Amino acid sequence: MANLLLRHRDIPDLHKIDVYQKHGGYEGLKKALSISPQDVISIVRDSGLRGRGGAGFPAGVKWGFIPKGEGEKYVVINTDESETGTFKDRELSEYNPHQVIEGAIIAAYAIGARTIYNYFRGEFMDAAYAMEEAVQDAYKAGFLGERIMDSDFSCDFYCHYGAGAYICGEETALINSLQGELGQPWSKPPFPAVEGLYKKPTVVNNTETLANVPLILVNGSDWYKGMGTAQSAGVKIVCMSGHVEKPGNYEVELGVTYRQLLELAGGMKDGKKFKALLPSGGSGPVITESALDAPLTYEGLTEHGSVMGSASVIVMDEDTDMVWAALKMIHFFKHESCGKCTPCREGTFWMERLLHRIYEGHGTMQDVQTLENVANQISGRTLCALGEFAVNPVLSTIKHFPQEYRAKVKEAVPA
Amino acid sequence: MIAEKYPEEIKGILARFPNKKSAVLPLMHLAQHEYGYMSDEAMREVAGILDLDPTHVLSIAGFYTLYYEEPVGKYVLEICNDLACALRGADEFVEMASDTLGIPVDGTTEDGLFTLKTVMCLGACDKAPMLQCNLRFEENLDKEKFEQLLVRLREAADSGPAEPGVVQKVTSYAVRK
Repeated sequence: MANLLLRHRDIPDLHKIDVYQKHGGYEGLKKALSISPQDVISIVRDSGLRGRGGAGFPAGVKWGFIPKGEGEKYVVINTDESETGTFKDRELSEYNPHQVIEGAIIAAYAIGARTIYNYFRGEFMDAAYAMEEAVQDAYKAGFLGERIMDSDFSCDFYCHYGAGAYICGEETALINSLQGELGQPWSKPPFPAVEGLYKKPTVVNNTETLANVPLILVNGSDWYKGMGTAQSAGVKIVCMSGHVEKPGNYEVELGVTYRQLLELAGGMKDGKKFKALLPSGGSGPVITESALDAPLTYEGLTEHGSVMGSASVIVMDEDTDMVWAALKMIHFFKHESCGKCTPCREGTFWMERLLHRIYEGHGTMQDVQTLENVANQISGRTLCALGEFAVNPVLSTIKHFPQEYRAKVKEAVPA
Repeated sequence: MIAEKYPEEIKGILARFPNKKSAVLPLMHLAQHEYGYMSDEAMREVAGILDLDPTHVLSIAGFYTLYYEEPVGKYVLEICNDLACALRGADEFVEMASDTLGIPVDGTTEDGLFTLKTVMCLGACDKAPMLQCNLRFEENLDKEKFEQLLVRLREAADSGPAEPGVVQKVTSYAVRK
């Protein structure tokens, strides 16, 4: 199947507006402007498109939450791609920026927003020129600005650059950051759809989610629903990294198995044996061989105790030390904890210390139990998902690889 | 003073938001580009432009990792050694870089040219080992390419300011529209 999101791989120079238009670009916007905002929301809702940032919330339903009527509203694109192992939104922004822009304009029309902010992580500035150039071209061509395509709809688009904070991928933290505050989440409610950016109704959508929208408008919701599975419609970009022969982004229909993904990525690096993979960057529990035939869907890994999330698949071979891998991940979450709520701030700190001691060979079985205990005390008690994510690599590696923990602590105790 | 050097850019940035406070990150990017790090003066300057308390700018500088609160080298080499990169040799790459430069992680070379740091995921895991040098990505690296990069950077430093920095380029879009 030809790529729908990573179309630039088939079409050279797709970042240029004339090339994009030659290949059906901005036809989705044209279609949207010819029908009512409510009908746009219905089409996207009926397509089954769900959030591609990882949470999987139905996009059309999210748009439908925005109050109708006059008043300022905002669309915010979440390009704060910072999950370990995730690099899809960067490729889309750099090589197929118009599809993201077009999707965002359609979203703005649907909810009645006249301003779009694209929140990039500050480390992507180098890749942002393509997006900035594309925005300028879209203005010149009349797809942004006043009276878009001679309709009554007007909309502005601004790129904004973060400054290095994973937590800003969380929508309320992102909004705070955009308001010039510390990027810390707030306790919901209020939800952004009611009280978001500058206290106005706001839709925050992931970059990849929006890139699907123009095609859905052009081809219809039945066409989109025809791909993927009943609960997880459409296509998804999967970021393959770690011990595979060909790391990179792969666009697939939802429903393929993790084993097929490994094959797509050229199989295991250097012919080594597969040991485990993290299906959702650092934030989802690790899975092993027994889960490889599960489908890539939002619910596909539930029975294996994990999640698809953003589909950032980090593959590990037989030689990988799982305690080391858990320590790497907990170091990440400790560093990225925003410090606002105590269980996450203190919990990630202590989990890292404990794991470090175990990894260095100075730990005891009591430390492993304490580690589990701390993890369980974080779970369910944090303001946002970061705390939940942080316990996943710890608890899942203890569950699947207890022998590796035992071996580490055994070494420390003389027989 | 960035207010004097970039008046149009700052005006363009401020026009993007309904309140001034939202411009704090972009103006701090600009200030750091100008001064090399977020010195007390730089923070006061940003605070002055935006009518903010300087302590707010200080808290922002402390929260976000891309702002340096201490002076750094002309080139900041930030290597990602997060899990996905580490599985493809990033830890060994950090060691090699540290040996080659003769400085520890977080150190700066005596000539003030290079600061070495390790950072969290930069979203380029498929091109590991990689690093970010003054916000520009260098990917698919090895020892040889790293040494070539150092040669290139030393030459660029000798020939004075050449091409505009990433921040300058991105900021210029606030004016062009």
